[in-house]
Amino acid sequence: MKVIGLILLGFLIVCAIATCLSKNLLTSVVIFMSYSLIMAIIWFLLQSPDLAITEAAVGAGVTSILFFVTFKKIGVMKGDEEEDE
Amino acid sequence: MSKVRKDYEQSKWHRFSQWLNGEMPVEYKSSPEWHLTDEELSKKYEEDMERAKTAQRKEARLYAKYRSWPEEKGVHIYERVYRILAVLICLAVIGSLLITVSYLPEFGNSDNPVNNEVSKRYIEQGIQETGAVNIVTGMILDYRAFDTFGESHVLFIAVSCVFIILRLGIGKEKNIEDEKAKEAENDRLLEPKNDKILQKAAFFLVPIIFIFGIYVILFGHLSPGGGFSGGAIIGAGLILYLDAYGFQKTERFFTLKTFRVVSLAGLLTYAAAKSYSFFTGANHIKSIIPLGIPGHILSSGLILVLNICVGAVVSCTMYAFYVLFRKGDF
Repeated sequence: MKVIGLILLGFLIVCAIATCLSKNLLTSVVIFMSYSLIMAIIWFLLQSPDLAITEAAVGAGVTSILFFVTFKKIGVMKGDEEEDE
Repeated sequence: MSKVRKDYEQSKWHRFSQWLNGEMPVEYKSSPEWHLTDEELSKKYEEDMERAKTAQRKEARLYAKYRSWPEEKGVHIYERVYRILAVLICLAVIGSLLITVSYLPEFGNSDNPVNNEVSKRYIEQGIQETGAVNIVTGMILDYRAFDTFGESHVLFIAVSCVFIILRLGIGKEKNIEDEKAKEAENDRLLEPKNDKILQKAAFFLVPIIFIFGIYVILFGHLSPGGGFSGGAIIGAGLILYLDAYGFQKTERFFTLKTFRVVSLAGLLTYAAAKSYSFFTGANHIKSIIPLGIPGHILSSGLILVLNICVGAVVSCTMYAFYVLFRKGDF
């Protein structure tokens, strides 16, 4: 169990750094989602399932969706598609 | 007749009288060039013009240098200073945080200040006093119900701020309504309309998400979860439903009026139940509602009602955030 916790903590740090360093905003938010999911699992391992549920619903769900909507509104995602084409 | 002096025109009195009558500016007369001939004057004038031109050229060169300085050198200096300062500030923050962490008591030590009589009381007598098997919910909604009251109001205030910033004007003027309609139309153009995969997935997932959210709210005092988590889950389910089926279907059961009624009802019920702490301070008023048998769903007094209130407020808030971000209005 301790090994799993350590691996998850490592993933957490990697995700945090990757969120800052990724150039594409969309990728950044997806990595941020995975950060929240890993955080939820760590909360569960720390025996606080209340927080785990909230983290999964708010951190990984609603926050990312609000980010996506904002990107769509300010036209960031559109610009990325044009660049890809 | 009095004798007129030849140099009368140079005398101070003459100049003063001229100045008094406003015939001629005194400065012109007093300038040293007044006695020069025309040729000398024109020569002097040319010299002055030459001087002025050279001065202007010099000034222009100076200004050009100043103007180009930010582009040539300023940006580089700024970037370098910016980078160095960013790294330094990051290192300072990291260092101070790590130093603070090293002073924290050891994790899990029994002598930690966290392990005082408060948490002991919560753990030992929580079930008898609140009737909630889930001690966390018992703490949040019984011992510290007033704090949670404030938290749910913070959520409501956040949604009100989003309303103020993002909501488009109600159709008093035609222009605003046209703009609003255009905006909504644009937003729907960007949608993948009637996406079959999303609709099928939502068809199976949304009821399960709703049931899970309601379970988390209703069993908040028995199992992990509570009003906030369950409300967030239901809000996420509503958002998924809206994304799959569009605004026309959700507007049948969730409009601005629904939001107002549900939020207000939740907050008012909570306020009626727990705002007496404003007047009694930290003193608890004994509840007349029986605590029931711990472990049953109808137990632990007001906690079930308060969980439902918080859940309603939170789910409405999440959904309202999303709708306001998407459309700017309900």
